[in-house]
Amino acid sequence: MPVVRIPSPLRRYTDGQSKVTVTGATVNQVIDSLESGYPGLKSRICDEDGQIKRYVNVFVNEDEIRTLEGAESAVGDNDEVSIVPAMAGGASGR
Amino acid sequence: MFHLTSSELVTQVKKEIQEMSVHQLREELARNDVTLVDIRELDEWAQGKIDGAHHIPRGFLEFLIEMIATNRQTRLALICAGGVRSALAARSLQELGYTDVYSVAGGFGAWKTVGYPFGIPRVLDDAQRARYSRHTVMPEMGEEGQLKLLDAKVLLIGAGGLGSPAAIYLAAAGVGTIGLVDFDVVDASNLQRQIIHNLDKIDLPKVDSAREAIAKLNPDVKVIGHQVQLTSENAFDILQDYDLVLNGSDNFPTRYLVNDACVILGKPLIDASIFRFDGQVTVYDTANGGPCYRCLYPDPPPPGEVPSCAEGGVLGVLPGIVGSLQAVEAIKLILEIGTSLNGRALQYDALEAEFREFRVRKDPHCPVCSEDPIVTELIDYQEFCGIPHLDAVPA
Repeated sequence: MPVVRIPSPLRRYTDGQSKVTVTGATVNQVIDSLESGYPGLKSRICDEDGQIKRYVNVFVNEDEIRTLEGAESAVGDNDEVSIVPAMAGGASGR
Repeated sequence: MFHLTSSELVTQVKKEIQEMSVHQLREELARNDVTLVDIRELDEWAQGKIDGAHHIPRGFLEFLIEMIATNRQTRLALICAGGVRSALAARSLQELGYTDVYSVAGGFGAWKTVGYPFGIPRVLDDAQRARYSRHTVMPEMGEEGQLKLLDAKVLLIGAGGLGSPAAIYLAAAGVGTIGLVDFDVVDASNLQRQIIHNLDKIDLPKVDSAREAIAKLNPDVKVIGHQVQLTSENAFDILQDYDLVLNGSDNFPTRYLVNDACVILGKPLIDASIFRFDGQVTVYDTANGGPCYRCLYPDPPPPGEVPSCAEGGVLGVLPGIVGSLQAVEAIKLILEIGTSLNGRALQYDALEAEFREFRVRKDPHCPVCSEDPIVTELIDYQEFCGIPHLDAVPA
């Protein structure tokens, strides 16, 4: 089954787990599987229309899904899906 | 036991090798037909060198020649002061399998005597040679690489978490000019991670605190403090004098501003961000065909949606790792060695102790770095990020 990498800002939805196992053969199905296991998580990844937010990158293995088939990108049983939201942290007072 | 005198040895060796006159050398250099290696000692080289010559002192020749000539068929000319050491060296390279090696008859002395041109190479001074010896001994660096670092001008956006380790390591490495953009002053809450500052610097401008720290570390480095907020009005003026930019800012408007300015000016950008236990570093080098920050993140998050380190926290060591990675990438770009993170995002998960890599592809419709960009000048980045202007907030 595919594994999803959860970034640290979203781990409060997964009881602190950095990796969770899901079902699904597409990114959309993986996100729905995430939501059923960890309610509330989908709203941090997708907007109200169910579209993946523009400042959240979703990778299947090494590739961002916008360079694949978007939310319909195929996810295999041995694939790893990574959710990578934009981060700004660095220095205050730039 | 049978002995050769040194002159007998030279006579014998010269029968076993090929020689080239300085006239032939000059013609072949003009046609780029030959690779010239000057094997004299550093103090001799410093007195004058032929344009285009590589320098490997005789003692290191066998160990370093492959850096210059990987192919054993490379046509090589070896030159010393008078043509004796180069003859012995030519035989040694023949033993290593080089088949097209010449010793320049009469050496650099003959070259000078006939009046061919030469230049005085820039070399490190004695203090620099001692300070940077662990650098210069590496063939990828050498004195030439160290001189490139001393000539380089690197701008750091932010003298905070990421900027601290980056500035310290770049200064220690001898990057000759370091610019720092930061309007803030040192606060006690900075010291958990901003290791360039210390207790004596509380309430001092960060750029001044960092300048003092760097001055104590390496007098070769000139620090230029820009104690201002980077804006669309001043960004070009500040960035244009630098060779490359390290971004360690803590907010989205500045990230997009720095990205757009670097794309428009064609400056490589080494971008990094940190949050809690996660760090990420990427090189955006659009002048060399790479993607930009907007290719990866086309739109900023709505204000308040993504917490800052002030709100969410950050492990104090994390910027030490990530800012140091930025410094490594900067040095690689300056020296033009290795494979940069251009087009790759390197992620570090401190809790899991894992590094992962993602591909960052150029967006053919990117508003800034595509062939037909919509954004061709700097915009209002507060507005772009949906942040109300201070003067628009009711009192």
